[in-house]
Amino acid sequence: MIKKELCKIISQEEVAKDIFELTVEADFVNEINAPGQFVHIRVAKGLDPLLRRPISISSFDKKNSQFTMIYRKEGKGTTLLADNGPGMLIDILGPLGNGFPVNEVNAGETALLVGGGIGVPPLYELSKQLTAKGVKVVHVLGFQTESAVFYEKEFLEYGDTYITTVDGSYGKKGFVTDVIKELDFDCLYTCGPTPMLKAIEKQYSHKKVFLSLEERMGCGVGACFACVCKTSNEAKDISYKKVCSDGPVFRAGEVLI
Amino acid sequence: MSRLNIQLPGLNLKNPIMPASGCFGFGREYSQFYDLSKLGAIMIKATTVEPRFGNPTPRVAETSSGMLNAIGLQNPGLEKVLSNELPWLSQYDVPIIANVAGSLEEDYIEVAEHISKAANVHALELNISCPNVKTGGIAFGTIPEVAKQLTRKVKEVSEVPVYVKLSPNVTNIVEMAKAVEDGGADGLTMINTLVGMRLDLKTGKPILANRTGGLSGPAIKPVALRMIYEVSQAVNIPIIGMGGIESAEDVIEFFYAGASAVAVGTANFVDPFVCPTIIDELPMLLDQLGYEHISECRGRSWQEHEQLTYHRA
Repeated sequence: MIKKELCKIISQEEVAKDIFELTVEADFVNEINAPGQFVHIRVAKGLDPLLRRPISISSFDKKNSQFTMIYRKEGKGTTLLADNGPGMLIDILGPLGNGFPVNEVNAGETALLVGGGIGVPPLYELSKQLTAKGVKVVHVLGFQTESAVFYEKEFLEYGDTYITTVDGSYGKKGFVTDVIKELDFDCLYTCGPTPMLKAIEKQYSHKKVFLSLEERMGCGVGACFACVCKTSNEAKDISYKKVCSDGPVFRAGEVLI
Repeated sequence: MSRLNIQLPGLNLKNPIMPASGCFGFGREYSQFYDLSKLGAIMIKATTVEPRFGNPTPRVAETSSGMLNAIGLQNPGLEKVLSNELPWLSQYDVPIIANVAGSLEEDYIEVAEHISKAANVHALELNISCPNVKTGGIAFGTIPEVAKQLTRKVKEVSEVPVYVKLSPNVTNIVEMAKAVEDGGADGLTMINTLVGMRLDLKTGKPILANRTGGLSGPAIKPVALRMIYEVSQAVNIPIIGMGGIESAEDVIEFFYAGASAVAVGTANFVDPFVCPTIIDELPMLLDQLGYEHISECRGRSWQEHEQLTYHRA
């Protein structure tokens, strides 16, 4: 069930350049049912900026009713959000969407988690949950440059972690797709920029792959039809899925990206 | 609730608050937040004869105190709306206003004829003002004579009263309003969105795939108020006002301008509970302002009246 709640900020820290880790307390943490779900945050007290910001949940703790998000401070909205400190209240709608299916991989099998930039955060909770059920987890995380890298140590706790940077300033130079070619896996979960998702979908059409998509959203609950994507190339076929309420996670091939 | 009830052609509203078309789907998403029977009415998403996918994404872009959208009338088509959406909505005690859209005159007539027969459809909203479709839509909403003829033809086939949704993207909105009144419209709904654009700082290109979109939200409220102020003095049919409403205070302002009921659009995206919140807050605001019934607020901006004592109650 989706709730709208004024959530108290427990902590907010800059964990890499312009990358913020925000932990809040919320009753609706009990309603989170999978890694990869997201929340919709009202960043302004007034009317500007008007729309909520969709931000993915990077980890949650049901016992303490807390969850954490990691986001990049980029535009007007996230800049306002980054100004909030512990004890302050923020208006959050959540949990929203459908997350990664952890039951698609069994104990003893290997899951490859591939993240790009600000698509990395939801994979953290996924890694935690897969590890807990005995799945071997391998991470491949891509960033622009060294100063943008975050959570390497945290991911290492759960499994092998390969870092790539576009400029080669940290880890391996290049893209995540260069690294995953050399790895074997039973199931692949990924979140990141669309070109990366496309490349992965094409490379592993014969494998079990789950993608988390990003799209500009209005309402976040499926009412406004802003974030739809087609499910077929046929001109006459107008079937579609909504990223916010049918996704954001889809099986590769389920929607056109 | 007797302080908020309003009678309009075809509509017996328990309160004058309804979600605006296109901002509420067919109600399903918001039914998880509250009981839809609480609403005065529901303006459902525009329905066309055939299903429509709409425009490519990005379909929304943010603006100062507002947003641009170019959804492109995505909807499942007349048949599915009649077989799935309206029967589902009939579990709620709420009148439905069906938004009718199309490209050609005969499209509007076909949708109007069939959808007006549905038991829970109490009125039609003729969408001659969508800025996001390439043919039809807005063409019908910018030429008075064309709008009048379409209104007349839809009136001939409709079994329920017909409200015409006016576009603000015209030189003279009063002329448009009078034309559709002449065509037999039972009421007006206004305003639809204002055509606008935003550009991406890095690429220099429009953010919306459709290039332009309809501006909505608090940014357009003053335009809506001015147009309702002008039109309500020039016609004898009621107006359902809309354009940036997000609070009980806004509702009263629209009544002052000349609206007889209001619709809430973009604000639903910001706060899914906005409609029931406004409905709950209105009686307290009426107390503060010294009105017994919300209808006393209608048209005060242009009516001669003695000054009411503030905090009379």
